[in-house]
Amino acid sequence: MQHKSVMTSALVPWRRLSSLIAQCSLLVGVMSLGADALAQFNAVGPGWLQPHERRSGLAFKSEDLQNQQNDDAINPGFLWVDQGAKLWSESPSPQAPSCQSCHLSAPISMKGVALKYPLWNAREKRLINLDKRINECRVKKQHAQSFPYESDELLALSSWITLASRGMKLENSIDQSLVPAFERGKAFYEKRIGQNNLSCAHCHTAHFGQRLGGEIISQGQPHAYPAYRLEWQKMGSLQRRLRACLSGVKAAILPFGSEELLELEVYLNFRGQGLRLESPGVRR
Amino acid sequence: MGARILIPPSPKAGDVIDVRILIQHPMETGFRHELSGSAVPKNVIRQLKLDFNGQLLLDAELGTGTAANPFLQFQTQLFESGWFTLSWVDDLGVEGTERVQCNTRAS
Amino acid sequence: MKTLRPSKRELLQSALALLAVVASPFRVRAQNTEGQSEEFQKLLLSLTQGVKLKEGKIQISMPRLADNGHSVPLKLSIDSPMSQEDHVKTLVILSPRNPRPLVAKMNFSPRNTKLNMATRVRLNGSQSLWVLAQMSDLTWYAKSAEVEVTESACLDAS
Repeated sequence: MQHKSVMTSALVPWRRLSSLIAQCSLLVGVMSLGADALAQFNAVGPGWLQPHERRSGLAFKSEDLQNQQNDDAINPGFLWVDQGAKLWSESPSPQAPSCQSCHLSAPISMKGVALKYPLWNAREKRLINLDKRINECRVKKQHAQSFPYESDELLALSSWITLASRGMKLENSIDQSLVPAFERGKAFYEKRIGQNNLSCAHCHTAHFGQRLGGEIISQGQPHAYPAYRLEWQKMGSLQRRLRACLSGVKAAILPFGSEELLELEVYLNFRGQGLRLESPGVRR
Repeated sequence: MGARILIPPSPKAGDVIDVRILIQHPMETGFRHELSGSAVPKNVIRQLKLDFNGQLLLDAELGTGTAANPFLQFQTQLFESGWFTLSWVDDLGVEGTERVQCNTRAS
Repeated sequence: MKTLRPSKRELLQSALALLAVVASPFRVRAQNTEGQSEEFQKLLLSLTQGVKLKEGKIQISMPRLADNGHSVPLKLSIDSPMSQEDHVKTLVILSPRNPRPLVAKMNFSPRNTKLNMATRVRLNGSQSLWVLAQMSDLTWYAKSAEVEVTESACLDAS
């Protein structure tokens, strides 16, 4: 792969042109994206994809994998969804409430909830994603120990809650509080990292659809997570997938729950607006 | 560890149906290593049985060559309503079981 | 002066060497099982008890290039009436290149009505997957299918 500067020639000519057109039409875009906050910064950059360009990772996968995801009966992710449904209705201890006793039926009460995360916790001045939110409830309301990151229980609850939003479009209204996180996530996405000296944009914006080894590169969209990844032989979160990419370019692997990973999630969610949530996804 | 037995809803008596089984199990090969360097011990589902109303439909012996979270699909002909019962045991002796009811309607 | 043309002696030596290679027992065999390792041959023998493996009846459907060796979909169908007199008794799936070649062994009966099966296998590298079926008359049928398995493009240490 050519190691060109991201800022100048990572984009093939027609993408650079479309990026230029997009910059000119940004003001118009602000209205359709529905947030004044966008006017304050330039969302379009080397990592950006225009709405009509955005594709699900599933589009780059084999027919076998697509069938596996699209058929709930054979989608292995549903084993975690089932486990989540069970945990939802169970109390961790006799005195503690179950999720169900407060939130009632998840398919109804959790509809659209997963799409709101990560969000900015103003009081604690940090980002919070769905995993952290589940654990907060677990500790504060259920008086139980928080689940470790990537534990089956946390993945199960996260998958069960996210299922309620399946099919809904990623349409976060990016409010003022998320702007700094968005900017930092964007900077991370565009920055060269690791021994391989690659930015996310190099593969997932400049070369999606092309091959790396025997695999076709996707756009790095976040909407299918939590997903069952064949490589992991189990369900995993978006953060795990981001860590996998970091190890792929031989960069320092950021810890689960770190602010940088959450900022990247914010940027990715916004970059993928218009795609419909596919979780539980099935990926290579 | 959960499992799913998937059958068509209300099949007609006499129909040949697809039965699909999915079991949550890591099917550890014994060749995987932790970051510390130690090998994760082998633990796979050794034996798996599926019966319908007590009649054995599938008797399988699995190994490390079966993918994690085993999936199996096969056919059977149904003549009556009843229960599908799936039972399995792994290398550690942990047993699992799952049942699903199937109501056939008259053809 | 040394010339580039071979001498008569050199030509004769080459011809004899060629004849030795052609006549040797190490050239490519016609039988489909004998290209496999000795260990695999022993496994086949222990399963079939020396009964000859026939061709036919088994259809295997697998991707030519696996997405990931950890989980490769396998569909197979066996042409059998699954009647009391004529049905598939045992199905064996083998992966010669895996450390433990026996993938699965399944017993069936006429209650199964049809034999269209699907499962997901783990493959330790590109190989031919073997499917053996023993019929109710104790004959054995065999079929193999080639699958390419590549390493993941990026190291995943997540």
